[in-house]
Amino acid sequence: MVAQRKMASTRQTYGETLLDMADSFPDIVVLGGDLNVSVFTHLWRDKYPERFFDFGPAEQNLVGVGAGLAANGKIPFVSTFSVFGVGRPFDQLRVLVSQGNLNMKLVCTHAGILTGEDGMSAHGIEDLSLICSLPAFTVVSPADSVETVQAIKTAASTEGPFYIRLSRAATPVVHEEDYRFQLGKAEVMREGSDVTIFATGVMVSVSLDAADMLAAQGVEARVVNIHTLKPVDEEAIVAGARETGAVVSAEEHYFHGGLGSIVAQVVGQNQPVPVEMVALQGYSESARAEELMVKCGLTPEKVKDAALKAVARKK
Amino acid sequence: MIGGRAPTAGHTYSVPELQAMAKELRRDIIQTIYTAGSGHPGGSLSELEILISLYFRVMRYDPENPGWADRDRFILSKGHASPGFYAVLSRAGYFPREELATYRQLNSRIQGHAHPMTPGVEMNSGSLGMGLSFALGCALAARLDGKDYMVYALLGDGECDEGEIWEAAMSAAHHKATNLVAIVDRNRIQNDRFTDDVMTLDPLDRKWRDFGWRVFETDGHDLPALLDTFEKTQRRRTRPTVIIAHTVKGKGVSFMENNPGFHGRAPNADEYQKALEELA
Ligand SMILES: Cc1ncc(C[n+]2csc(CCOP(=O)(O)OP(=O)(O)O)c2C)c(N)n1
Ligand SMILES: [Mg+2]
Repeated sequence: MVAQRKMASTRQTYGETLLDMADSFPDIVVLGGDLNVSVFTHLWRDKYPERFFDFGPAEQNLVGVGAGLAANGKIPFVSTFSVFGVGRPFDQLRVLVSQGNLNMKLVCTHAGILTGEDGMSAHGIEDLSLICSLPAFTVVSPADSVETVQAIKTAASTEGPFYIRLSRAATPVVHEEDYRFQLGKAEVMREGSDVTIFATGVMVSVSLDAADMLAAQGVEARVVNIHTLKPVDEEAIVAGARETGAVVSAEEHYFHGGLGSIVAQVVGQNQPVPVEMVALQGYSESARAEELMVKCGLTPEKVKDAALKAVARKK
Repeated sequence: MIGGRAPTAGHTYSVPELQAMAKELRRDIIQTIYTAGSGHPGGSLSELEILISLYFRVMRYDPENPGWADRDRFILSKGHASPGFYAVLSRAGYFPREELATYRQLNSRIQGHAHPMTPGVEMNSGSLGMGLSFALGCALAARLDGKDYMVYALLGDGECDEGEIWEAAMSAAHHKATNLVAIVDRNRIQNDRFTDDVMTLDPLDRKWRDFGWRVFETDGHDLPALLDTFEKTQRRRTRPTVIIAHTVKGKGVSFMENNPGFHGRAPNADEYQKALEELA
């Protein structure tokens, strides 16, 4: 029942997209923290060495320098792993970038359990919670590589602080090449009237598979890609709640402070209906990404079960 | 040297003029903090001659056009010492002196810790350790834009306990930021106590040197010595430069001098009167 989809690496797409923008955005500079091969900014480093700065694994300074460049008209793309880029310099992101409302782009790879074998310290499962708490930030979690290209380009051309969340593992491609990403506008990927599944990142693909399973059982699920977590498309969330009467959130992130919290907040304030959440319940362990997805319950079956539970809870 | 544009344009301040200005601005600092009922007098008084040197003899800027692309940048990393900074910015023409009375008040542009909503302020502050990184970003931007402006960052000595300062120091040398000058306000007191009691910082000169910086030391209140040191920073710039400025916390008010108790509290009414008498 699981659809066969092409796999693509969003971090590689990121590195290639940066190269594409080099001429059209002369103010872009790229800053790295000794993980440039892993985040694919080595492509830029090798081609535009004068527009690239490495700071080593010293992320407070990395973000601080990025802020100084942004305050002087540059568009710094600052990249490392999500645990290092959000966790370590959180205070710099807060005081300099958010409170200073600076045009810095933080693009982090290796978010979530898809990071796999490196284990729990390397699994950025709290990044959305942290970064969504910073008022000035726009937060985007692309569903696949097609969306990543456009999210990166949109970040470059949109003033203000951005966080973009990417993975280590290659992830299924759920969009056609002619897809048009609209910042802050959720994408309805499948229509349905019984329940709405709001998903982000890799869970969009998982949720589309869950919707196939649900359809086989006669339950029509709407699947909505919440690529922009902040500012979130409240209208799309309220419409899903109103028109289908039950909702599910699905994210590869800790249940606290991520998509589930956002959906519950919007639904609770505007259109109270049953909400079920598929998310990580805590820290994970070292293993292959696919194995962790199963062990942590981020599977089509679990999303399907959550949807059925939400439907059953309808009054 | 270069000299600010307005209001210093066409006028080179003499040392006696700057000394007289320091006395007036010390009164502004005390008054600003007393009026607000809170603030940080110690570090504002210790940094004053450093700021006066920069704003009235060293830096190039235009208060009519705070965002002027070619301006020299000044970054107050120890953002709690904003009253000293505001006294200088206002005297330099960035905003009217009367606005000092709005410090820490509702709807003011003059925040508790320096924020870019105040004309002339480059960076938000209040969390120690960030200013040198930000200043390095400014310095690298100058290189990318082919501009010749200088970037000055003022750090506290307690602030040098922050790891980020040393991350920034290492990387500024690595990236050859020759247009970057850090000044450490070496007043030997931090929030709670004397720096020697909280965290040993010496040998501070060797630390910076070992991180790849050129180091100058000076008396941080002696204006001719300060001006001479800033002059020296402009010669043979092949590395980033740090000036360790030996200062007295609370300088100019006898009972605040070298007194950790006045790091972060306002004078009461008696103390306020006494301070103004001493600064008359
Ligand atoms: C990251 C951070 N930790 C703690 C504080 C609280 N704090 C405010 S001022 C200060 C001491 C600063 O001492 P120093 O740098 O020597 O400043 P100065 O003596 O020039 O006033 C501390 C610990 C802070 N502002 N930021
Ligand atoms: Mg001190």
